[in-house]
Amino acid sequence: MVAADSEGPRDPGVRQAAPGAADVHWCALPFRVLLVLTSHRGIQMYESDGSVMVYWHALDSRDASPDSTQAVFARGIASCGHFICVGMWSGRVLVFDIPLKGPNIVLSEELAAHPASVTDIASEPAQEPDCMADVVTADDSGLLCVWWSGPEFKLLTRIPGFGVPCNSVQLWKGIVAAGYGNGQVRLYEASTGALHVQINAHARAVCALDLAPGVGKLLSAAEDTFVHIWKLSKSRESGCTEAAPLL
Amino acid sequence: MSVRTLPLLFLNLGGEMLYILDQRLRAQNIPGDKARRDEWTEVDRKRVLHDIVLTMFNKSFIEELLKPQELYSKKALRTIYDRLAHASIMRLNQASMDKLYDLMTMALKYQVLLCPRPKDVLLVTYNHLDAIKGLIHDNPPLLHLVDETFRQLIEVYGCLSAGEFQLIRQTLLTFFQDLHIRVSIFLKDKVQNSNGRFVLPVTGPVPWGTEVPGLIRMFNSKGEEVRRVKFPHGGNYVIAPKEGSFEVYGDRVLKLGTNMYSVNRPMETHTSGTSKNLASQTQQSIAPNPLAKEELNFLARLMGGMEITKPSGSEPGFRLNLFTTDEEEEQAALTRPEELSHEVVNIQATQDQQRNQELARIMGEFEVKDQPRWSASKGDDLLAMMDEL
Repeated sequence: MVAADSEGPRDPGVRQAAPGAADVHWCALPFRVLLVLTSHRGIQMYESDGSVMVYWHALDSRDASPDSTQAVFARGIASCGHFICVGMWSGRVLVFDIPLKGPNIVLSEELAAHPASVTDIASEPAQEPDCMADVVTADDSGLLCVWWSGPEFKLLTRIPGFGVPCNSVQLWKGIVAAGYGNGQVRLYEASTGALHVQINAHARAVCALDLAPGVGKLLSAAEDTFVHIWKLSKSRESGCTEAAPLL
Repeated sequence: MSVRTLPLLFLNLGGEMLYILDQRLRAQNIPGDKARRDEWTEVDRKRVLHDIVLTMFNKSFIEELLKPQELYSKKALRTIYDRLAHASIMRLNQASMDKLYDLMTMALKYQVLLCPRPKDVLLVTYNHLDAIKGLIHDNPPLLHLVDETFRQLIEVYGCLSAGEFQLIRQTLLTFFQDLHIRVSIFLKDKVQNSNGRFVLPVTGPVPWGTEVPGLIRMFNSKGEEVRRVKFPHGGNYVIAPKEGSFEVYGDRVLKLGTNMYSVNRPMETHTSGTSKNLASQTQQSIAPNPLAKEELNFLARLMGGMEITKPSGSEPGFRLNLFTTDEEEEQAALTRPEELSHEVVNIQATQDQQRNQELARIMGEFEVKDQPRWSASKGDDLLAMMDEL
């Protein structure tokens, strides 16, 4: 069990989880694997065996306005090339540049495209030359932002959510899969933002999506106690995405 | 975690407390002319409920509550309810108070867990407020006080987004995590299993704003729908008939948060066999809490705001037993698993206003830095010191 230390960077070890420990993710970069944890205090990055904390980014509550009525936390983690992206309560996405080894991790960019707290981030290696999208970020208002990663991240598409929070997002072969608070799972084309599939999948909020990239199977889990598995495919005639229920 | 959760937690738990006390007082009701001095009458019952509602909805208390802040610990909250329950002529033993608190928390946990959509936690709160207004309907000034709170809640929560309500609900559920006390009324209705977990229904209306699951729609790049596929979902859902009202008056539609106790329904709780998952809870109460000092400051402010009317000298304190007999109450106190006994911080801030000021003065002394009466870690000794008061 890994946990966030409420006092700040020290000898990590195993500790009691801080209340509101928000997110955890294995970031498999091409040259190293880091374990990233977020909480209401900050962002911690550990070597893959948990032995050494290589980086600590404190969440500055002064970033919030003085009479802020919002809680401070980080949520949503993904790795992309040699970057690690972490979402914030403010809607900003922090982009960290990770060296081949060692603790010289640098905050290289702050993306400011979301008006609401970030919920999830997904990434995949960039696809064919015509689809450069490799990162998707989602927020509490349901807005999805599709990015092209690089020394400077570029915003490619915005997909509005009309107020329904998007709790989980996945990216596969240029398709964005998003799970929403109203139980829907929607598939979009990442480069254009066009809606291709809308599934009335669940009777309660979708909590999580997971995707098996090798076979194109998408799993959705929701608060209605059900788990569904969907087969994603691209229609040969139209090139449009399709989904079929498997379970 | 959300900083807008405390008012909802407090008002809903308070509502549940009033439901339970009302039921118990009615169950022990004796007609006025036949009652002995120490027996409950209708007049006594009304008085207890009115006194508690008056304390709960005290203007400065509610103002303090509505400020954005983190949820405080279970200990601090339990202390507030201990005080609230004793706001009138009623007295509760430790065992009865424990049982009352168990019932309150499990009921609210059930309601929050089963809310169809996160915003419905607000409807649950409004159901409680509606019922409270019903209990004090013959007291116009009190009614006005509750309506004021209603309006303030609408102002604060009316403009929050669905995402913010999701966070509020998550914060509430984290507060209730690992609580699996079995409640007879829930076991009987089969909404709780014998292991203390709640049953999540897979039938009924979907939340407002959600479609009935079972349909896949596919579109082409022009946005035209090209195919529809139906699939079996597994549950048995129907469309929601209408949305509950978020106004001061209206049909809430949702039944969660309404009074589930009637005079004859059992209110036993079973605490044996729930100690399995309490290892984490025990660890929590032993570890020194760096926020303890902040909590006590907060408590002192809140209780300073709670104006308790001192009962006149000639009236005895009436004792209420939440169990069927006195012997049962004693037995429950003896057999209660240690982990569940809330170690309540004994702050002796009684109804006496002078004592309150004394408390505030003592609390003020802690801020002075060049008075090393205690060891360097003042926060750690604070709790110990308070026990000595």
